[in-house]
Amino acid sequence: MKFDRLKEIVEDPWGTLGEMKERGKKVVGYACSYVPEELIIAAGAHPARLTGTREGIRLADGHLQSYCCSLVRGILEDGLSGRGAVLDGVVFPHTCDSIQRLSDIWRLNVKGGFHLDLVLPVKLDTDSARDYLVDVLKRFLSDLERALGVEVSEADLRASCLLTNEIRRLLHELYMIRWRRPELLAGADLHLLNRAVGIADRNLIVETLREAVADLGADGARETTKGNKNILLAGGMCSTPDIFNLVAEAGGRVVWDDFCNGGRMFLEPLRLDGDPIAAVADRFLSRVVCPCKHRGLTDRANHLKALATERGAGAVVFVHLKYCDPHAFDFPYLKAELEKTGIPSLLLEVEDPLPPGAQIRTRLEAFLEMLD
Amino acid sequence: MNARTDEKERKKIKAVKKMKEIMTFYYIDAKTASETGKKVAWITSGGPVEPLIAMDVIPVYPENHGAMIGAAKMGVELCEKAEAMGYSGDLCSYARSDIACATVNGGPIGGLPRPDMLVCCNNICGTVLKWYEIQARYFNCPLFILDTPFCHTSFSAEAKRYVRRQIDEYITFLEDVCKKPFDRDRMAEVGRLSIEGQRLWQAVLDTTINRPAPMTAFDAFFHLALIVTLRGTQQAVDYYRLLLDEMNERVREGVGAVDEEKYRLLWDNLPIWYRTKWLSDKFAAHGACLVADTYTSAWCSSLKYMNEDDFLESMAEGYTRIYLNIGVDEMARTVIAMIDKYGADGLVMHSNRSCKPYSLGQYDIRSIVERERGVPTLIIEADMCDERNFAEAQIEGRIDAFMEMMAAKGSA
Repeated sequence: MKFDRLKEIVEDPWGTLGEMKERGKKVVGYACSYVPEELIIAAGAHPARLTGTREGIRLADGHLQSYCCSLVRGILEDGLSGRGAVLDGVVFPHTCDSIQRLSDIWRLNVKGGFHLDLVLPVKLDTDSARDYLVDVLKRFLSDLERALGVEVSEADLRASCLLTNEIRRLLHELYMIRWRRPELLAGADLHLLNRAVGIADRNLIVETLREAVADLGADGARETTKGNKNILLAGGMCSTPDIFNLVAEAGGRVVWDDFCNGGRMFLEPLRLDGDPIAAVADRFLSRVVCPCKHRGLTDRANHLKALATERGAGAVVFVHLKYCDPHAFDFPYLKAELEKTGIPSLLLEVEDPLPPGAQIRTRLEAFLEMLD
Repeated sequence: MNARTDEKERKKIKAVKKMKEIMTFYYIDAKTASETGKKVAWITSGGPVEPLIAMDVIPVYPENHGAMIGAAKMGVELCEKAEAMGYSGDLCSYARSDIACATVNGGPIGGLPRPDMLVCCNNICGTVLKWYEIQARYFNCPLFILDTPFCHTSFSAEAKRYVRRQIDEYITFLEDVCKKPFDRDRMAEVGRLSIEGQRLWQAVLDTTINRPAPMTAFDAFFHLALIVTLRGTQQAVDYYRLLLDEMNERVREGVGAVDEEKYRLLWDNLPIWYRTKWLSDKFAAHGACLVADTYTSAWCSSLKYMNEDDFLESMAEGYTRIYLNIGVDEMARTVIAMIDKYGADGLVMHSNRSCKPYSLGQYDIRSIVERERGVPTLIIEADMCDERNFAEAQIEGRIDAFMEMMAAKGSA
């Protein structure tokens, strides 16, 4: 399966967004998976997930200390360098302490375009938090309407909910195909798709995913059996496609991932009856949480254990960005809980782009050898 | 006694003895709670302690404990222990110290008393959420989270409703854990004492408007303990009245904290607990007095939102709009207002690896302050509790260079 067009898009996200803008589309950048794309699409704009620059850092270091993660630094660099000027506006949701400050620093230093803070609740398991979340989403929609000079109807919202649900359904299906027949889709291609989902025209995404599912999904009979070297990748936002190849080269097989720009993207479809805003809120409340959010004390461990078992993973490889506090805090507990169910795990601390050198390869090889 | 010893004696703050006594008894009370039948709550430093006091629950502050661990120079050992448990060395050193300490009952006071409940308010950072989740699992005790939406540019009506509702949830939580009804009259009294304590603390800090300043930020770091731990009690009010009297007395007598105060500096961020004495001496040797700081004043930064006649209603706003839960530009405005109020000639920023919400954004605050007030800034890269991140020779060199620059500026 070829994804040439998507490859071009992922390799030149700003060029892609610039072309859209030339065609008259408004482009809204956002910084985390807790921003509801449905609302941006319903407002007639194109949502673009900011994932940090692939270029060198020249300007962001003047605003951020060394102990800030490469994702936040990379996003700021795109803003300061002027690449982000193509954006009609940006949305920063409340997630971690670093993204919270990134929003302030962007607002004070990157001019042009509107700036919205989506101050979501951190608790996601109480009635008052749900009511607040619905309130915040409603306000966000009216802020977007004002900023973009549009009025959003319920029909617009329903249409965008259908679109994002279709993307989720197709992505899930593709993950399932790959899970059954891993040889059909290279991990790096899957990663490419995941990245493209946040950048490309969403209709192009649907078209590509439909084709891929039709092409690859013919034979779905085989089931992956549990294997010691079946790997579940887990972490926050993964910007390192190499990780799929590195696992393969070390003798393992990535059967699933739990990244927020991967397997967590398509969890929990939107309910299509009733109020669309409430449906968007309920999806955030029911989806397994990012470690910046709270929904009980065991939510993430239960999710990972169930996912590993369901997908026949023999081990988990955590891929964390260096200086990502929320994920680092959860790691010892998740590792211990996985061990209780006989699932070993390895932590790789990475920066984007991955530094050259063999350290990660060596660690993966040693870990996979141990799994024999 | 020679004149020099005499002067040194005159400069000593007498209330220190009282403070040590209060804190010792406070920790004895807390550590013997299981014998006296009192319940213990662990609570974050910016958390709503007043309802706990009203319910006769002993509040215990892991962050205050973290400061004690840092000051006792026991941070590195405990941080290393946490790292051996799998926690990254890049995480908050208070959290690392506390998480490790709980498992070995180590540190300067042999660990904190076991909590009956945990109260976490995320108005200071997202770290406390993770930290308290870990401790809730470890101690298997109930956790209440007061979720205070971040105020980048405003405090929205939705956020106010949400926090206000959580205050009621908090009271229900306390009634459940304590198995007794919440006494609203007692709460009103505790609320009044809390506000009185905060006003007195602000008055103490404001004595440094005088020249020479009767105390420094390093003194404030020490005397802060009560407004954090015993806010809402008569004891805190009495103590700060005593301290305020002493500071006013010093002002009347012209006793300065620093010999020949030449420069007045403002400190930003948490103290570097294991080096407060070293830093204090270092700056004093240059005739520089750290007259104020953004950290200790944070415990009275919400006074403008508080209503002593209706504490519960106003605490939703007061607890949400504290110094760290606001945008970088509003923080810069606060810093500028402090520079003006205390007549500061320079700004010293501790870029604290342990505290991202406090530290990320400091470079922008520095630029804004330099632009608006022409005040120079010294940035010290360190950590509040983990001494491994303190490069003494480098920091000493930077302080000396900064002070020489201040001197040159002064004589220019």
